[in-house]
Amino acid sequence: MTQLDEKTCTQLSGKARWVWEETLKIHRRSPETRVASSLSPVEIFVVLYYGGFLRQNPTNPRWKDRDRCIISKGHGSLCMYPILADLGYFALDELERVCQEGSFLGGIPDPVIPGYETINGSLGHGAGVGAGMALALKRRGMDQIVYVVTGDGELHEGSNWEAFMFAAHHRLDNLVVIVDNNRIGMLGPTDEIVTHRSLRSKFDAFGWATYEVADGHSVGEIYRVLAESREDKSGKPRAVIVNTVKGKGVPGLAGAPLSHVTAIKPELIEQLLEQPPA
Amino acid sequence: MNAPTMNPTKAMRDTMLVAVHDAMGRDRDVFFVSADFGSPVLDKIRSDFPDRFINVGIAEQNLINVSAGLALEGYKVFAYAIAPFITMRCYEQTRVNLALLSEVRPMNVTLIGVGAGYSYVVSGPTHQCYEDLTIMRLLPNMRVLSPADWKIAQTMVVPCLESSGIKYVRLDAQLLPQLYPDGTNPDFSRGFTQFRQGSGVCVVSTGYMTHVAMNAVDSLSAEGAHAGLLDIFDLSGYDADALAATLAQYETVLTMEEGFRARGGLDSLILSLVSERCLPVRVVACGLDNRYRFELGSRESIHEAAGIGAIAVTNRLRSLMLKEP
Repeated sequence: MTQLDEKTCTQLSGKARWVWEETLKIHRRSPETRVASSLSPVEIFVVLYYGGFLRQNPTNPRWKDRDRCIISKGHGSLCMYPILADLGYFALDELERVCQEGSFLGGIPDPVIPGYETINGSLGHGAGVGAGMALALKRRGMDQIVYVVTGDGELHEGSNWEAFMFAAHHRLDNLVVIVDNNRIGMLGPTDEIVTHRSLRSKFDAFGWATYEVADGHSVGEIYRVLAESREDKSGKPRAVIVNTVKGKGVPGLAGAPLSHVTAIKPELIEQLLEQPPA
Repeated sequence: MNAPTMNPTKAMRDTMLVAVHDAMGRDRDVFFVSADFGSPVLDKIRSDFPDRFINVGIAEQNLINVSAGLALEGYKVFAYAIAPFITMRCYEQTRVNLALLSEVRPMNVTLIGVGAGYSYVVSGPTHQCYEDLTIMRLLPNMRVLSPADWKIAQTMVVPCLESSGIKYVRLDAQLLPQLYPDGTNPDFSRGFTQFRQGSGVCVVSTGYMTHVAMNAVDSLSAEGAHAGLLDIFDLSGYDADALAATLAQYETVLTMEEGFRARGGLDSLILSLVSERCLPVRVVACGLDNRYRFELGSRESIHEAAGIGAIAVTNRLRSLMLKEP
């Protein structure tokens, strides 16, 4: 099945709205967090974690039969905290203490947090480590999938492309790289920093099975494309490019060239939380 | 401990890789990753264990990251490349995915770097390696092993596999004579070997410089001046109590390393220990002067020019033994 039924679609959309709100609340309490790049992948993570793609066991985060999810764009995954807490990886009230003394939930997550596999935030590492994990799983005859969530700005790091060549050469079809393609780096649009031209063409040329989600804030579309990619029988690793908006849903932040390090005023967050979902 | 009389020359990498090959035959969890770097012994690993050998190509960043991924899934990984490239080209990968990550997730990864010091004599500074002891010793969780001969290099495979964590093994690229006698088992819990007992001055060396040091100590011994000689082969996991107790038996310690002098290598290790333990010992350092060299010549002539040749260190040792200023 590659289409979400209406009821599940509504549930996932509602969950995405809740995650978006909780992310804003965390940012209100800890304004030093990078919020804009955490608002673009909300729906990606919601579909992965609630949509049945990841085999997981929140009470045993290192369960050997789990699918591995490496969140390579660690700095932009504040939205994962509410998801992991909601699923039971840790208590919900931990969300009140993000970035506070004694909390394990920092501004950039580390694997001291239940549910995180690797060190993240230093960019360009997830694809290579994920390729190593995928290779190990294949050599051991295990069917688990390794997902790596990366950003398009992160893809300026050359280490990614070493890993992409490697994964295609070894036909690691248990590796899925999801690109949160919000097209903005720290100092402006990635097309103006160093353009990727076409990420899709690049992945194709590197020997990957490439998929694209036009609206990365539609849970239904993300679900459909991920489900289609899951049926891929080409033997290639899979890249899913998800076109998103950095700072999604926040006036003045959404799509702003310098949104990466921009904080949102508490009054605006109050106002946004009171508004009904679009 | 005396050096063996036969003194056959061999390459450290050959004997170490033979031991790795043996381990891969015994243990299906051992995996070997190369950055397109080989040796005849490696060909046997490639052919006998094709499911546990992989060549990532000339891509050291990916070498480290793939090795980390394999290790997170339970493989005991050997990663293999030329020393400056496996240490410096991918230093941040090593910091993040080995040093940092092994703090919170168990893993077993051994980096094998070939080409210590000037051992790639004619290849020049890109392929030579004089910084690695310093930068690898800097990383928490990293065990830094520096064998002096092919015999001890061979014995390092088992402790690397048996102890969880991350290690860097610095191998010489040249054929070198045997220093560790047949039948001896280096004490990995101490991390150093006392080759010669003496009085007054003790030479502390590592890697290739232990060969130079042994010749210097023995030539002066023939003149009636007996210096001590310690070979340090574990520069992070050594037994500090035992090392301090040994050094305290001397008035002067002369360090010898094929690395920059006073830049965080072996001399800094000894100076820190002497300082922390308030040992009444003077420390004198023999290491490379602080510059890169493009001149061609034998390793010995380059060493003399850089201040660590046999003549230079023997003269230095002699003057210390004679208590010259």
